[in-house]
Amino acid sequence: MADFLGDNLDCIRGERRVLSGLNFQISDGEILVLTGKNGTGKSTLLRLMSGLLRPQGGELSWDGESIAEDPSAHNDRMTYVGHAEAVKPAMSVLENVEFWRSVRTKPDKTAMDALAAVGIAHLANIPARYLSAGQKRRVALTRALTSGAKLWLLDEPTTALDVDASTAFGATIQAHRQAGGMAVISTHTDLGLSDVRHLNLSPS
Amino acid sequence: MNGVLAIMSRELRLAVRQSSDSMMVIAFFVIAVVLFPFGVGPEPQMLARIGPGVIWVAALLAAMLSMERMFQADYEDGSLELLALTPVPLELTVLAKVLSHWLTTGLPLIIVSPLLAIMMNIPPEGWGILILSLALGTPTLSLIGAVGAGLILGARRGGVLLSLLVLPLFIPILIFGVGSVDMVLNGLETKAHMLLLGGIFLGSLALTPWATAAAVREAVA
Repeated sequence: MADFLGDNLDCIRGERRVLSGLNFQISDGEILVLTGKNGTGKSTLLRLMSGLLRPQGGELSWDGESIAEDPSAHNDRMTYVGHAEAVKPAMSVLENVEFWRSVRTKPDKTAMDALAAVGIAHLANIPARYLSAGQKRRVALTRALTSGAKLWLLDEPTTALDVDASTAFGATIQAHRQAGGMAVISTHTDLGLSDVRHLNLSPS
Repeated sequence: MNGVLAIMSRELRLAVRQSSDSMMVIAFFVIAVVLFPFGVGPEPQMLARIGPGVIWVAALLAAMLSMERMFQADYEDGSLELLALTPVPLELTVLAKVLSHWLTTGLPLIIVSPLLAIMMNIPPEGWGILILSLALGTPTLSLIGAVGAGLILGARRGGVLLSLLVLPLFIPILIFGVGSVDMVLNGLETKAHMLLLGGIFLGSLALTPWATAAAVREAVA
């Protein structure tokens, strides 16, 4: 049983207070959906959770231990899918997926399985430069599928995806939680997830 | 360890697929050296006298050209923040990138340098030490350049800023690199120069990965 906890988080970006006194808690098999208007700090919170940003106040902890204590252990249990696709145009789709899988210590799905899961297995051998925006997004999502990480941090994961692909990805998240994983998702679209917790970041 | 190898092979694969970048560095190196006989006149003694210095300065500037790109592409497409979040320590990731940078720019410079030594009329007894001093010096250029390349991420006109940051730091390498060739050509012992170049290399190897990783962390925050 693992617990991921944020306690009284403050974050200031460019002299503007984005988050103040924010708390969250998430355990095995739970999904936390971040909602709120544009610019209310959803992405900032996800970057804090990933460890890319450090909070100015408060603490993030995993099973009672601060994530800043051992960043590499945190990187090991977490995968982050942000706005940037990080797809190299000069490599094939499969090479892109294989690379991000190979830097993980306990990878999960094989690259081909992950590509099949997001519906682009037939594109595996073409250079990534020929992909559309939605197809690049699907490649980015395979990073979560192959990571073997317990905690998925997904920042607007379904931008540029068609409706079918969004629903399919919702089902993938559902399967991940049933296997005991956890996910924090910021999204404006309905992924068809049931029984999720919401965290509204808009000032009331 | 597998992760580090994976990063190395990715870097080399990208470098091979975009080999025009490396070719451009080599072409710049050759052209820069070729300009000197036109500028100072073709007297063989004069060329032999300035040859080692010219080759070293041209190698240094050629290496500079490619340094800006060391992290830039990964920074722009979002790969760099993900690399910072992999279980592989960022210091090792940085070292893997520096090593592949050297293999794709420093090493080719060393390979073409004997050709330029012939052209600059450097006597054959100086060729060996020229190659050796470049082999000891160019990895240090890549290591120190990486710190600068990390610091300029997100800055406008980064390439110019990078030159201002790191070129002054290259002066000791230049002095001892050129000095070693001159010593051999004058029939003197070069051990001290080699030891100093080696020492600078080892010192950079120990310190710069930490500095570069810190700069990259700051850039992706």
